[in-house]
Amino acid sequence: MASHYEAPIRKPLVIGDKSYHDVTVDIAAPVEGRANLHWWIVFSIALAAFSWGIGCIIYTVSTGIGTWGLNKTVNWAWDITNFVWWVGIGHAGTLISAVLLLFRQKWRMAINRSAEAMTIFSVIQAGLFPIIHMGRPWLAYWVLPIPNQFGSLWVNFNSPLLWDVFAISTYLSVSLVFWWTGLLPDFAMLRDRAVLPFQKKIYGLLSFGWSGRAKDWQRFEEVSLVLAGLATPLVLSVHTIVSFDFATSVIPGWHTTIFPPYFVAGAIFSGFAMVNTLLIIMRKVCHLEDYITVQHIELMNIVIMLTGSIVGCAYITELFMAWYSGVEYEQYAFLNRATGPYWWAYWSMMTCNVFSPQFMWFKKLRTSIMFSFFISIVVNIGMWFERFVIIVTSLHRDYLPSSWTMFSPTFVDIGIFIGTIGFFFVLFLLYARTFPVIAQAEVKSILKASGSKYKKLRDAGQPLYQISTQAPIITGASAAKTETVKELVKEKTIRPIANAEKDASSLLAAIGTFDPATETADDLKKVKGIGPKMEQTLNQIGIFTFVQVARMTGKEYDLLDSITEAFPGRAQRDDWAGQAKKLSSK
Amino acid sequence: MASKVIQAFYNDDDVLMHAVKKVKAAKHHIEEVYCPFPVHGLDKAMGLAPTRLAVTAFLYGCVGLAVATVMMNFIMIEDWPQDIGGKPSFSYIENMPAFVPIMFELTVFFAAHLMVITFYMRSRLWPFKDAENPDLRTTDDHFLMEIEIHDNEAELISLLSETGAVEINISEKDLH
Repeated sequence: MASHYEAPIRKPLVIGDKSYHDVTVDIAAPVEGRANLHWWIVFSIALAAFSWGIGCIIYTVSTGIGTWGLNKTVNWAWDITNFVWWVGIGHAGTLISAVLLLFRQKWRMAINRSAEAMTIFSVIQAGLFPIIHMGRPWLAYWVLPIPNQFGSLWVNFNSPLLWDVFAISTYLSVSLVFWWTGLLPDFAMLRDRAVLPFQKKIYGLLSFGWSGRAKDWQRFEEVSLVLAGLATPLVLSVHTIVSFDFATSVIPGWHTTIFPPYFVAGAIFSGFAMVNTLLIIMRKVCHLEDYITVQHIELMNIVIMLTGSIVGCAYITELFMAWYSGVEYEQYAFLNRATGPYWWAYWSMMTCNVFSPQFMWFKKLRTSIMFSFFISIVVNIGMWFERFVIIVTSLHRDYLPSSWTMFSPTFVDIGIFIGTIGFFFVLFLLYARTFPVIAQAEVKSILKASGSKYKKLRDAGQPLYQISTQAPIITGASAAKTETVKELVKEKTIRPIANAEKDASSLLAAIGTFDPATETADDLKKVKGIGPKMEQTLNQIGIFTFVQVARMTGKEYDLLDSITEAFPGRAQRDDWAGQAKKLSSK
Repeated sequence: MASKVIQAFYNDDDVLMHAVKKVKAAKHHIEEVYCPFPVHGLDKAMGLAPTRLAVTAFLYGCVGLAVATVMMNFIMIEDWPQDIGGKPSFSYIENMPAFVPIMFELTVFFAAHLMVITFYMRSRLWPFKDAENPDLRTTDDHFLMEIEIHDNEAELISLLSETGAVEINISEKDLH
């Protein structure tokens, strides 16, 4: 088929000569197998970190935000740093699943599922910080557009913080349905493979009864495409709005129009780094090296290099604009960043985000798995520092030198941050054990174009498929019935009327005979359209029960008409079979 | 009405496509095809009408935009107009730049969610819904074509046997 064609220069995306069934088996394996010791060790560490985080959150909420290291000058620090960091990480998932779908990049298919999972889990972490920072999280519903109890004081729609509420909740919920819709066919695959009743039930529930009809697939593809079209501007808007939290203020260092594109590029940058961190481990642990290949890692490294360079340009543009603006406060904010007491944070950011991705220009380095993993960690750290630098260094030396100060986090600040990392990994590890971590249905759809097995066949000039000439296994049609059918076909033109007896026997063969020893006769008159006379005729033929009538189809109706020669077409019109089915189930 | 159907199994999407075209050429109505993954061009070959879900998404998006506009006009302009930072809220159109982000977000929110809900309802997908694929292998590597039998069992068997089916099964089926 023409749609399977792919240029020979393209390297296979699925290696190891996989067939459709191999894909199923490989992707179901981590779910069906048992967790190994490494999984339990990592899970325990993540759970311990998560518990520590919960403890720190409880302490914060019960005592107050004063347990954090904030002071009257630096009144926003780790909380918002962590919030922006987590939201940014989330962006890669949507970028991979939506933007790369619109660009028809097939390599996204091996990584989109996990990248989207990462998006959802990291946006959950991000959402925690504003809610904790409210101090009284049980009043979090106050951010919804509802009036106060006295009448009409509403939320302020001019505030970027409220825009954030709408942006983040839309982003989280749309990502979730996008992810889940893609999961339905894969859950269905696990459901149909499940052996134990419990697993079958759970995956049946999760798959929403997905059956894979042609019409379902047609709608599925359309929905995926439209969701991708909606998610693409959505993901750009989310980090744009996050950057508005800063850009719409009048703080030197924040009040800049470059923030929206610069934040979005940074978000994609950090998100791809996190995808690399997670997938380099997962491909090894789940034995998915044939699907998440070195080529995938290389392509992600190229995206990291590109977005890292965009971020680097943004940093330099910021410096230039501060100088060119002629505003001394703006100039001081940037001078202070680079040479003030937080110089180490600034230069860590510069090194990690601008310098380190440049190594990816070398093919040897970007195809090295160990090096990619190392750089992905470096970028994650660098992007955390970027947010810290923007937030804390802009605040800690304000307009009044007597209030200049430094920020030092307390154990609670650190605990909540570590706790969200723990929570994130708890979710991701549970996901890796229970969800199909690769969109197997999509991978199967590109197997003929990009699978190594089919690429080899194509290179060898051999056909990708052969129409089997062997006779298929036929079940359900008994030999006798096939005979009857053949006879019927033959007799169709010259049917002797006297052949009623033969018709009756073939009719019974189709709908089953009545055994007076084990069955009891039903009152067939209950079926609308069957009177006492007709019931008698049916009994003469050998039809006594609703079950027999229920099995009648168009062919049997015709046979019946030819036997009784009364009211032709009546049985079909009244739908005797349908009625009898209802009656027999009573 | 209970009816008899013939189910032909294929283990390759290209063979399936050929079979579908052949069956359509012989003027038989294909009741259903169950696939483990989307086969491109199958809907056209089967003669399925194009889906209108994208149109519904556009309409839902318009609804979302209208909801956002009406809501913010009522809250910010009509019900409690405030003068924030010397920028009084007396006209929706003049204050609109501040409302653009939420107008956009709600447009996307409505379009995405209502379209997905429509998809789930139309394709009968929801929690606790029982799967209806007639064979477990159709989510793995088999494709199943289902044709209703109208007095032509033998004819269909011989036709489908020639299309490269690996298995043919005749069974009863309840139609909705």
